[in-house]
Amino acid sequence: MRFLRRENLPHIWCVGCGHGIVLGAVARAMEKAGVDQDRTVVVSGIGCSSRAVGYLSMDALHTTHGRALAFATGIKLARPDLRVVVLAGDGDLAAIGGNHLIHAARRNIGITTVCFNNGIYGMTSGQYSPLTPAGYRTTTSPFGHLERDFDLCRLVQAAGATYVARSTAYHVHQTITYITRALNHDGFSFVEVFSPCPTYFGRFNRMADPVKMMQWLHDGTVQAGQAARMTPEELRGRVVIGEFHRTQEVPEYARSYREMIARLAEGGDHGAG
Amino acid sequence: MSQPRLMQGNEACVEGALEAGLQFFAGYPITPSTEIAELLADRLPRVGGFFIQMEDEIASMAAVIGASLAGMRAMTATSGPGFSLKQENLGYAAITETPCVVVNVQRVGPSTGMPTSPAQGDVMQARWGTHGDHPVVVLTPSSVLETYTLTAKAFAIADELRVPVILLTDEITGHMRERVLLPDPGTIPRSRRPRAGQAPPDIPPMEHFGEGRRVMVTGLYHDSTGFWTESREEADRLVRRLAGKVESRREQLTMVDRWHLDDAQVVVVAYGCVARSAQRAVHLARERGHRVGMLRLSCLWPFPRHEIEAIAERVDRIVVPEMNLGQMVGEVERAACGRCKVIGYNRVDTELIRPEELLPVLEGV
Repeated sequence: MRFLRRENLPHIWCVGCGHGIVLGAVARAMEKAGVDQDRTVVVSGIGCSSRAVGYLSMDALHTTHGRALAFATGIKLARPDLRVVVLAGDGDLAAIGGNHLIHAARRNIGITTVCFNNGIYGMTSGQYSPLTPAGYRTTTSPFGHLERDFDLCRLVQAAGATYVARSTAYHVHQTITYITRALNHDGFSFVEVFSPCPTYFGRFNRMADPVKMMQWLHDGTVQAGQAARMTPEELRGRVVIGEFHRTQEVPEYARSYREMIARLAEGGDHGAG
Repeated sequence: MSQPRLMQGNEACVEGALEAGLQFFAGYPITPSTEIAELLADRLPRVGGFFIQMEDEIASMAAVIGASLAGMRAMTATSGPGFSLKQENLGYAAITETPCVVVNVQRVGPSTGMPTSPAQGDVMQARWGTHGDHPVVVLTPSSVLETYTLTAKAFAIADELRVPVILLTDEITGHMRERVLLPDPGTIPRSRRPRAGQAPPDIPPMEHFGEGRRVMVTGLYHDSTGFWTESREEADRLVRRLAGKVESRREQLTMVDRWHLDDAQVVVVAYGCVARSAQRAVHLARERGHRVGMLRLSCLWPFPRHEIEAIAERVDRIVVPEMNLGQMVGEVERAACGRCKVIGYNRVDTELIRPEELLPVLEGV
């Protein structure tokens, strides 16, 4: 596959990890979206998922924990002609980087963000993340997790993201479709992908076998269309996947800024207001 | 021909940056640095540049690095508490050799301190604030005009050496107004980054995003391809080269003013706003017949060790007045190495050290 940096393989991920599937989906979506790999920058933070950028054959930026979107914002403003893609984990995006996530969405800056959601901190060996579902066990919630998990898709949509979708490593074709649409979207696009972590999430929750985790992704999810016909009781404990939001009615931020520069060059002064 | 203008230090910083070709500013509001952001919000888009007020200090530093890697001359400005927050990404800029300029208009600390009051408490934070061993260049202006020239100089050093450069100013220098005559527009040469074929042996050529080079940039220890490595040899080579590229240019980076050093028995070493008072004190002491001289530092790091060594050889005392409990004085002592007495004079009550109070210290009363 021309989008992979073969010389950097093999990858560092554990047996049964879903990140390779998500990376594969990103690469295939890039192929489908007609991404020019000489005019694309992939940006990541820290953790297992962040290593994905090192295996993609294009400009790659592996940053500090949680800050991928802030770095990406600088790149997109400096070079709006480049496609900027952020690949980041759930801890990265929703905990330490939560503020950057909501503000990137609010600005509607043209960055495609793929959240590799394994519901755990993998690289630090299995602590709970803001996306660990309540009741599950991790190394830092040995008696069952008491906190509720974020619904990241609802969060970013409320914050202002203009493309929002969720899929899983099990539903690969659906994932590729969503990432392709996100890449072609003009504005802040967000795709959350559940990615199994048998080594740390699974092992503490009777799913150490990768197949069991895949089964969990299959059984625990329900398509948005189907969910609309289900009662709250039927939906309890299940995760809705699908395309939740898509609009082109909000101006993309980097372009708006360029337009303001052009207005000022023509002698105009203020925008709205 | 430029006309003389009444201008604030923070304003001079903006003028210097724009004249040096600043293209991108990301920041977060913090006193006493905010005038820099406010002026650039207005000025930058008018010259085709970008201003963004990010959601926090950490994000500002990150956005600056991103824009720089995409080819822009980029800067941020902050004060002590914000500078603390930027430290992790400052280290990232150091290891990834990303040129950028960080202005720190110092205020009192620790913590929120007294937000509108001056201090010089961030000298060691500027040097060692981030984790690990890394190079750093820190410039300190003492006047409004020097804020202009050093801001422009900061971009030149950042680009040539591929390092983050810190402009360490203070509330007094940032807010005081002086009559300045700026150089004519267009007289400051645009800074240049080492590109393929032009880079010195110890600095890798800069390749920007979007040039088709498929660059890999990581904060992890990396080999010459940019890909992360766990090789001990590569790690050692990388860190030593990073430190060495600044260390080996210590003499070129040294920026000092020397006054009455030839016959001096007592020498004041000062920087920033305090250097103004110290210079006056030296003048007064001279008038009263004391052989007092002064060395003013415009570049704190790398520290002008050899200058201090040479002075310490031939004087009785070196006095280091600072608006902190003694930061640079330790570095001066280290360089003097027992050759002469080194005395600190310190205030941390948010008041500028006055010339009159330095006089007895200089005269040895």
